[in-house]
Amino acid sequence: MTTELFEYLLRLGDNSLVLGHRLSEWCGKSPILEEDIAISNTALDFIGQTQLWLGLAATVEGQGRSADDLAMLRDVWDFRNLLLVEQPNGNFGETIMRQYLFDAWHVLLLDGLTRSHHQEISAIAQKVVKEVRYHIERSRDLVIRLGDGTPVSHEKMQIALDRLWPYVREMFDVDPVEHTLIEQGLIPDTSTLRAAFDAEVLKTFATATLTLPSSNFAHLGGKSGKRHSEHLGHLLTQMQWLQRAYPGATW
Amino acid sequence: MTSEQDIWSWLSDIPDPEIPVISLVDLGVVRGVEWASDHWVITLTPTYTGCPATTVINLSVDTALRDKGLENFVIKQQIAPPWTTYWISTAAHEKLRQYGIAPPSAAGGPTACPRCASGDLERISQYGSTPCKAQWRCRACLEPFDYFKCI
Repeated sequence: MTTELFEYLLRLGDNSLVLGHRLSEWCGKSPILEEDIAISNTALDFIGQTQLWLGLAATVEGQGRSADDLAMLRDVWDFRNLLLVEQPNGNFGETIMRQYLFDAWHVLLLDGLTRSHHQEISAIAQKVVKEVRYHIERSRDLVIRLGDGTPVSHEKMQIALDRLWPYVREMFDVDPVEHTLIEQGLIPDTSTLRAAFDAEVLKTFATATLTLPSSNFAHLGGKSGKRHSEHLGHLLTQMQWLQRAYPGATW
Repeated sequence: MTSEQDIWSWLSDIPDPEIPVISLVDLGVVRGVEWASDHWVITLTPTYTGCPATTVINLSVDTALRDKGLENFVIKQQIAPPWTTYWISTAAHEKLRQYGIAPPSAAGGPTACPRCASGDLERISQYGSTPCKAQWRCRACLEPFDYFKCI
């Protein structure tokens, strides 16, 4: 059980860490000042959440590693984040589409995690879900404004949706690690959240005048760590550079 | 001998690092002051998980208590139950308004402009200069202002 729990907490922590880092790449160069502030604030929320999830992962592992060790001293094959969150930012519309697809799942997952039998998981989820409700409010609003905006913004959002949709199914894919934890009442069965997710995004895309891709093809392999995309390694070379160049450096 | 009241009163003199007109006690982040057989336990809770002020808050509490000569204490972090803006004291609402920040409101947005008191307001962004604030604008006096988000 400890192995599965550690593995799952890495998934939660790595999703927050990788997406938080991606969003921080926009800091100082977003299209407008308000969005720069919003994106950086969201990035900050994710880094804060990472400290909680990876902190708990480190405690569960019990090998004396810290949240910082897990974030900065693991290589690509040890990361357990979804393929969706490691995708490059692309244009602003792509970043917002990636965010919305993640938020729509994240808010449902966290809501389920608040009812976990694991006291600390439930406590963290209760804290985090409040922040995430603000995230989806903004990303949903922007998907609608850009999708139902000018012909140029509409086209960019449709391209973003077509490109990112194949990464959605991984969020709902239940593997043996999750099965074990679901049986013990520690985590929700993410496959049961799909209907609520579909209802949320279909309504938004209809308002945003966007069309769902018809293909069911899905990329998998991020959260199991089996097959990350080539983008994760490049991200880590940036994020982990300081600890790699100056091992043990502190503020 | 230091009493629990002494500690609460010292803590209520420590300003919030980002909104110095209110104290840490006003903000509701001090969740407990307890004597545990041979030392004091000061329990703090973060506002937002990634708020950089959390580290500064811990440091200010540590420094302030040591300045008062207290040595046998530990600072404990607690995240459950999660911090909510309902823990901000009523007195602090007025202090925030005078400082130019609209206090949190259950309505989900500010009720009046902190400068001219007009109710004709519009939201600029759900995010602001710190994780806890959003940006709004008054249509009457045209001034932008911060709103303390209700969570």
